[in-house]
Amino acid sequence: MNAILNPDKLGLTRRDAIVTATVAGGALAIGACSPAQVLAMGAPDADFGAFGPFVRIAPDGTVTAVSKHIEFGQGTATGLAAVVAEEMDADWDKVTIDLAPGNTKAYANTLMGIQGTGGSTAMNEAWTQMRQAGAAARAMFVQAAADTWKVAPADITVKNGVVHGPGGKSATFAELLPAAAKVAPPQKPVLKDPKDFTLIGTARVTRRDSRAKSTGAPLFTQDVHEPGMLTAVVLHSPRFGGKLKSFDAAAAKKVSGVVDVFEIPTGVAVVAQNTYAARKGREALTNVQWDDAKAEMRSSDQILAAYKTMAADPKADWTAFETKGDATTAFAGPNVQHFTYDFPYLAHAAMEPMNCVAWVDGNKCKLKFASQIPTLDQMNLAAVVGTLPGAIQIETLYAGGSFGRRGCIDSDYVVECVRIAKQVGGNKPVKLVWTREDDMTGGRYRPMAHHDVQVAVGADGYPVAWRHRVVIQSFMKGTAMGGMAKLDKLTVEGVAGSPYFKAIPVVDAQVATPTSPVTTLWWRSVGATHTAMVMEHTLDQLAMKAKIDPVAYRRALYTKAGADKHLKVLNLAAEKAGWGKPLKDGWARGVAVHESFGSVCANVAEVKRDKGGEPKVRRAISVIDCGVAVAPDQVAAQLEGGLNYGLSAGLFGQITLKDGLVRQTNFDGYRVLRMNEAPAIESYIVPSAAHPTGVGEPGTPVIIPAVANALLAGGHGATTSLPFVKS
Amino acid sequence: MTTQLDINGKTYPVAADPDTPLLWVLRDELHLTGTKYGCGIAACGACTVHADGQPIRSCQAPVGSLAGMKITTIEGLNGAHPIQAAWVKHDVPQCGYCQSGQIMSAVALVKDKPKPTDAEIDAAMAGNICRCGAYPRIRAAIKDAAGQHASSAKVA
Ligand code: FES
Ligand code: FES
Repeated sequence: MNAILNPDKLGLTRRDAIVTATVAGGALAIGACSPAQVLAMGAPDADFGAFGPFVRIAPDGTVTAVSKHIEFGQGTATGLAAVVAEEMDADWDKVTIDLAPGNTKAYANTLMGIQGTGGSTAMNEAWTQMRQAGAAARAMFVQAAADTWKVAPADITVKNGVVHGPGGKSATFAELLPAAAKVAPPQKPVLKDPKDFTLIGTARVTRRDSRAKSTGAPLFTQDVHEPGMLTAVVLHSPRFGGKLKSFDAAAAKKVSGVVDVFEIPTGVAVVAQNTYAARKGREALTNVQWDDAKAEMRSSDQILAAYKTMAADPKADWTAFETKGDATTAFAGPNVQHFTYDFPYLAHAAMEPMNCVAWVDGNKCKLKFASQIPTLDQMNLAAVVGTLPGAIQIETLYAGGSFGRRGCIDSDYVVECVRIAKQVGGNKPVKLVWTREDDMTGGRYRPMAHHDVQVAVGADGYPVAWRHRVVIQSFMKGTAMGGMAKLDKLTVEGVAGSPYFKAIPVVDAQVATPTSPVTTLWWRSVGATHTAMVMEHTLDQLAMKAKIDPVAYRRALYTKAGADKHLKVLNLAAEKAGWGKPLKDGWARGVAVHESFGSVCANVAEVKRDKGGEPKVRRAISVIDCGVAVAPDQVAAQLEGGLNYGLSAGLFGQITLKDGLVRQTNFDGYRVLRMNEAPAIESYIVPSAAHPTGVGEPGTPVIIPAVANALLAGGHGATTSLPFVKS
Repeated sequence: MTTQLDINGKTYPVAADPDTPLLWVLRDELHLTGTKYGCGIAACGACTVHADGQPIRSCQAPVGSLAGMKITTIEGLNGAHPIQAAWVKHDVPQCGYCQSGQIMSAVALVKDKPKPTDAEIDAAMAGNICRCGAYPRIRAAIKDAAGQHASSAKVA
């Protein structure tokens, strides 16, 4: 998701927040509160100790960095802890990490205005804050030592958690802790000159959680066991928008281990002593009837046909998002090329299906789970149990992946869990478990999309006018996040803001957002999942027609547009890939470049497609400019993993409907990339001293056009719909 | 009816129905939660354990069929296997959820083939999905543990 989430700016309106608080807690006097303040209401005053909400120091001197961001694989918690350790001069090898609990006031994302992880914002938004937290703690130890030794703070140095003074004096953090904890934290702590960094940017910044994750440690919601805990599964409507009409629970209630069966707004909940019994109970439900009056009954090809009709209809409800020059006659000439692209729904399919553990006692509610956007979860749950958002307690666990799925605007499965726990009542812990099938058929997909592009080309082969129509569902409009804005920027980001448009005199770009009961959501790299493919594959087709090398074609446009970062990243990728050196045996190279979340990423892929076979990718180069790379090896890991995630979607990813029913229910139908299909990946980071930008998502979308462009270069024609492999 | 299971060298009397998949007995009854649920249909490998040294998908193995077999789970490696050390050295895990299964498959592979080729790694590991896409590091860590050269990421 994007920085667009700041509720004070574009998203949650003051009115929405007031309504929520009112619903949740009865009459409230809302004066000059910001929405974020309203959402923090009801929170108990937290005592973070001497060093504030981000740093804790144990009596033995162990430094714990509190990560305000969830850790779902991106190494974020490690990176943030390294920033704290750098400024503190703590002993990095001994630094531990805690994940912050739900607390909007202390842990709000400085770009979103609410507590939450997303939009690849973590390092970007917390960089200065974490540096300050570390520097303040260091200053307190320095002051404590200066007072103890009666020397000037300027004569004191800190290294690896040991404070050194003149005359060989030294003391550990542990020894100085009682005194340091009494020093008033400096208001404006002095930050290091980046040239003095000894940890940030080095190979020493390794993950803190690798050992736990290599030994099966119980880090995840799925692993929670509490005394007296019950496990719940839910039978959902097989169609989006379907409502439960009736069911017979008699047989289900007889299944050994089943404790209760009852209706909730999203279906039938089966509560049992354990997971297997709950599943057996669900299978034993009989005579289940659904009301499909408001359900999506169409098949995917019908939805797509409707999108295409809409794209061709000038009277559809269009919203312009990029307009320049005079488009009235620009597309009348003979040199106009036409391109269309179709994109399917995509499931996130995180390895750990959605789940949550909740305790409800009257209007008190406590949760243990991998909350991605705690403030939203608190807001949605407050309305369910009748309390203030801040009063909802959330203990944050590690997540077995998310890719956007756990940051659901209406907290779908979290609300479901709390409704069940409320019905069970008595402060009994209830674990809601979604099976893989629930997860995969449960919606919140990357929306289907259709792009229609017309490009008028000049005598030199470069575009002079660009017309672009996007048809796609919006998951923001009308929600607490998107409000009433006519343009949902997430539907078009990547076409909007394209560097190519700076080099083209006429641009006419518009979007239409049809609705459907099928639920959609951000999916790793959001708009770029489709816009990168459309822009970059169109570009190669234009270059091919103009008989210009695709790298040279891009260089010319980036130079004209003044897109220096793009140019640098492209050049490094081309160099590392050996661009221009011929390949044998049917292998061909493709290149693509795309900016998202403030970072520019370039991929070069080596691809081959045997007659009648599937495309094979044997080697991929990924280059990023993400500003300062705090943890270079983790940036590399994100380029590798992000590329594989994108490649998986490009090659195989599709959720399709048949008469409204999802056809892919598990990994047998929803094919994903496996070891034998994963390319060798070489990743490179452009050295930079700039403020850090996104890393978790920018590496995902670029491989798809890189593969499409390699197939084009290899003589397999243009790609007009995804995935590459039709099943 | 009780089934006696030999898990990580200990005997556990298990009360669950014999048709209950081992996965749910491990996780919900014995609280050995290192073995993960990912699909329940033997399609993802997250639930991989060893039965008499062979990797099996515990989500499809009824406990009734396992009496008398020696079962090893990720916990049974005691964090001491060279594969685990290689996993940490290469920072293989991202979210980590698939990694117990990946490690159990890799341990079985290197026991069988101490110096696996790329094709042997592909064949042995293709049943284990990693949605975080940590495949390059899984490959590198297996090769490293097997004493082979492993490439790592570069910074320009
Ligand atoms: S859970 Fe057993 S293979 Fe996926
Ligand atoms: S590390 Fe996340 S699924 Fe493999």
